Amino acid sequence: MMNLLIHVILLVVLPPLLLGVINKTKALFAGRRGPPVLQAYYDIIKLMRKGLVLSRTTTWIFVAAPAVGLATILLAGLLVPQGASRSPILFTGDLILFAYLLGLGRFFTTAAALDTGSPFEGMGAAREVTFACLAEPALLFGLLVLVRLSGSLTMDGMLHGPLKVPLGPVAAPLVLVAIGLFIVLLAESCRIPVDDPNTHLELTMIHEVMVLDHSGPLLGMILYGAAIKLFVLGAILLHVVAPFQFGHAGLDWGLFVVEMLALAVLIGIVESVMARLQMRHVPYLLISAVLFCGFGFALLIR
Amino acid sequence: MNNLSLILTATALLGVSGVPAILCRRGWLPGQRIAAGLMVAGSILGLAGTGRALAGPLPELWIAAWGLPIGQFAVAIDGLSLVFLLPIFVVPGVGAIYGLGYWSGVSQVESGRRLGFFYGLLAAAMALVVIARDGVLFLIVWEVMAVAAFFVATVEDEKGEVRRAGWIYLIATHLGTLCLIAMFALLHQATSSWALTPMASGAVAPKLTTGIFLLGLVGFGVKAGLMPVHVWLPGAHANAPSHVSAVMSGVMLKMGVYGIVRLTGILPAGPVWWGGLLLGVGALSGVLGIAFAIGQGDLKRLLAYSSIENIGIITMGVGLAVLGRSMERPEWIVLGLGGAVLHMWNHSLFKSLLFLTAGAVIHAVRSREIEKLGGLAKRMPVTAAFFVLGAVAICALPPLNGFVSEYVIYVGLLQTALSGAGAAWPASLGAVALALIGALAAACFVRLLGTVFLGEPRSSATAEAHEPGLSLLLPMAVLGGMCAALGLAPWLTIRLVERAASAWQGVPGRLAFPLEQTTQLTMVGVMGWVLLLMVALLLVVLKVALRGKAIGRTGTWDCGYARPTARMQYTGSSFGQSLVGLFGWALWPRRREPLVKGALPAPSSFSSEVPDTVLDRLVLPAFRFADYFLPWLRLLQQGRIHVYLLYILGAVLALLLWGLTGS
Repeated sequence: MMNLLIHVILLVVLPPLLLGVINKTKALFAGRRGPPVLQAYYDIIKLMRKGLVLSRTTTWIFVAAPAVGLATILLAGLLVPQGASRSPILFTGDLILFAYLLGLGRFFTTAAALDTGSPFEGMGAAREVTFACLAEPALLFGLLVLVRLSGSLTMDGMLHGPLKVPLGPVAAPLVLVAIGLFIVLLAESCRIPVDDPNTHLELTMIHEVMVLDHSGPLLGMILYGAAIKLFVLGAILLHVVAPFQFGHAGLDWGLFVVEMLALAVLIGIVESVMARLQMRHVPYLLISAVLFCGFGFALLIR
Repeated sequence: MNNLSLILTATALLGVSGVPAILCRRGWLPGQRIAAGLMVAGSILGLAGTGRALAGPLPELWIAAWGLPIGQFAVAIDGLSLVFLLPIFVVPGVGAIYGLGYWSGVSQVESGRRLGFFYGLLAAAMALVVIARDGVLFLIVWEVMAVAAFFVATVEDEKGEVRRAGWIYLIATHLGTLCLIAMFALLHQATSSWALTPMASGAVAPKLTTGIFLLGLVGFGVKAGLMPVHVWLPGAHANAPSHVSAVMSGVMLKMGVYGIVRLTGILPAGPVWWGGLLLGVGALSGVLGIAFAIGQGDLKRLLAYSSIENIGIITMGVGLAVLGRSMERPEWIVLGLGGAVLHMWNHSLFKSLLFLTAGAVIHAVRSREIEKLGGLAKRMPVTAAFFVLGAVAICALPPLNGFVSEYVIYVGLLQTALSGAGAAWPASLGAVALALIGALAAACFVRLLGTVFLGEPRSSATAEAHEPGLSLLLPMAVLGGMCAALGLAPWLTIRLVERAASAWQGVPGRLAFPLEQTTQLTMVGVMGWVLLLMVALLLVVLKVALRGKAIGRTGTWDCGYARPTARMQYTGSSFGQSLVGLFGWALWPRRREPLVKGALPAPSSFSSEVPDTVLDRLVLPAFRFADYFLPWLRLLQQGRIHVYLLYILGAVLALLLWGLTGS
């Protein structure tokens, strides 16, 4: 019960902190002081207290989309185990629900972008759905590897607790899948080298350009949802990278939070040392993610 | 009255529904209303019979002699027939109500009589196809169905495009029927009976069963629209009236699926590659079907290609079941066949819904070109809401019914991938293909939703569009409501699916692996409710956060440009461009690039389209080639009936002679 409570609290509270850590890391690399670590919380709270400006072109889809996006990723977060906690919701095949919840969020986010009638947002939506067509097979290949390793069809069985087979023979597939899932994580949560959350040129963006017309609480929900998505996908990746546990609840929670913050630092480092790819090169990166996960799967099943 | 005779009565009602309209020459409207009334009455009666039969003992069989030298009138209902009867008793019925508003113009009286008659005949023939238990009867009603579909699809035959699509359909369907005739002949040779009952394993040479299987796959595949024998499908569905497209796409394609399912149930368990082949063909149809859909600029052609995709998904489920039969894994059978029939039924609901919404758009704007539409959500809010419902369902997104059936197929594929047997590879690749299909479908329907309903109107006709009347909205509400109900209460379908699976396996009674054990459909339904609750809660949060705050209204952010126009919006083809490019190896898009030369270039234009690769680059050139080299065959084509009768007599005499000397 305690674990469940911690699970929900972490899912709701921790994600914006990751954005702060990423930005702090980038500032460190750039020799700046950077915004406070808690800046993302301030931003979201500020946005939630503001009024709203809507385009005259938009319909109910525009207003509903942020709520749908946030609801889907929160529910997806309840399917993924964290630290010492098992998944609050688990049933056979819940990994399919997980993947399709992300899809539902994307459906409404991109539809809301088209709802404005803006060419920029149409462009962003087109890129988003195109890249998703490559990211989803990669994600599923990755999940298939975890299914094979654990012999389980639930996210909980796949991701909770230590590895059920000796590490030696499965180390190679795990490394490949970890690389593939890391790329998926970067693409899905709009980080460099796929997308640059800091850019302000509409033509070069994906996620940021889709939300150009969202303001106030709607934008707050979108920012918050994006942070949670990073957190949830990170929780999956962490299990692939470090499938260890102490077996003591407190230690496991501590380990989980430390790992998660380390992941944020890693993303910050990637963003500091790399430039954003040319838009036409992004598909190659994502295809490489499919290949990494696919080869990982091939190694495992051969 | 037993259930079978209830269903037969219902079928007769459907079949004669169009007759009063032909007889009452004077007024057209009463005839059409009588037709719709008969269709609805027949549908309700049929649904009652189907529902009662589901609860009762199965199968029910009825055999009557007829005057023909071969075959007999044998009909029966079992779990498999029932699950395929359901869409037949739902979609044409609601489509008839839709037709009252959709096909009501004064100029459409004559065509309306024809439409009404063949529409009812089509529905009745389909009902007979799924209950026929005799090869000869099956072929007869199959042919009636194919011809009736030709006449309803070409009802606007004053247009050249419609005639062309009709001819292609007629040729394709008869080539398919040819394969089926050969298949039934082989089947008769193997069992020396026309009865469609399961064959004993080992009684027939494996080579013969393989031949039957392949012929059946091609013959039924043409009707189902599997790639690469789908060539007739996009044109015919695009050019038929919208409620006819709904019936063709939602129900008639499923007759092909029914054929494949019934055939694999009759044949003894085959080699493993049968299942692998079905999985592969299904995955190919799924991925390429939806990829072609993304490239289409015609609203209904796009929906037709998406039907190919869904038939592909269904075939993947059937493939898994066939695999399970070959490898003796009953749990794969339940998941594969269960997922397939569930998706078949779900697809008939949401695809019909989408065709009806598309019909409402065409009714209002008089155009199928999506690049001329836009902003219709403001002008037709109810239609737009139903379209969103259908689109979410067809993308297999929770909490609607499409997700439920794909979930069952996924679980089956993943179970197979886990098994470690030789089937693990194809099943895993199938699961990845399904993920790709899901992402592509979302891209396709976001593109369609955005271009047609969102943004600003791209033509003046679109700007003046209005919501359709009640007779168009009511059928959409029925279908949309069923999509939502089956998504949020998927446990309702368990019994139906399990009866179908046990009928296919030929084991009466309880299954060894009931669906409730191998999947958790109840949880899936509950998750849908949780999701809806969370969205509602967040909307309340939003409402509270905005209380007392100013909500400004302004134009869309335009980078400070002074005069934005609707033409500056992202178009459907630009939205799909990068995906069409990624699939360029299969789609072969045609592009006419503008020529920009010099400092002051002359006016130029850009156009792009995605023609059907198989039809336009393979089949039609092959026919042109034949046209060029085989004109001497026309000597046989005299165009006089007595000459043809002479041919028939000659053939019969030759056969008689051959039979006498042979024996």
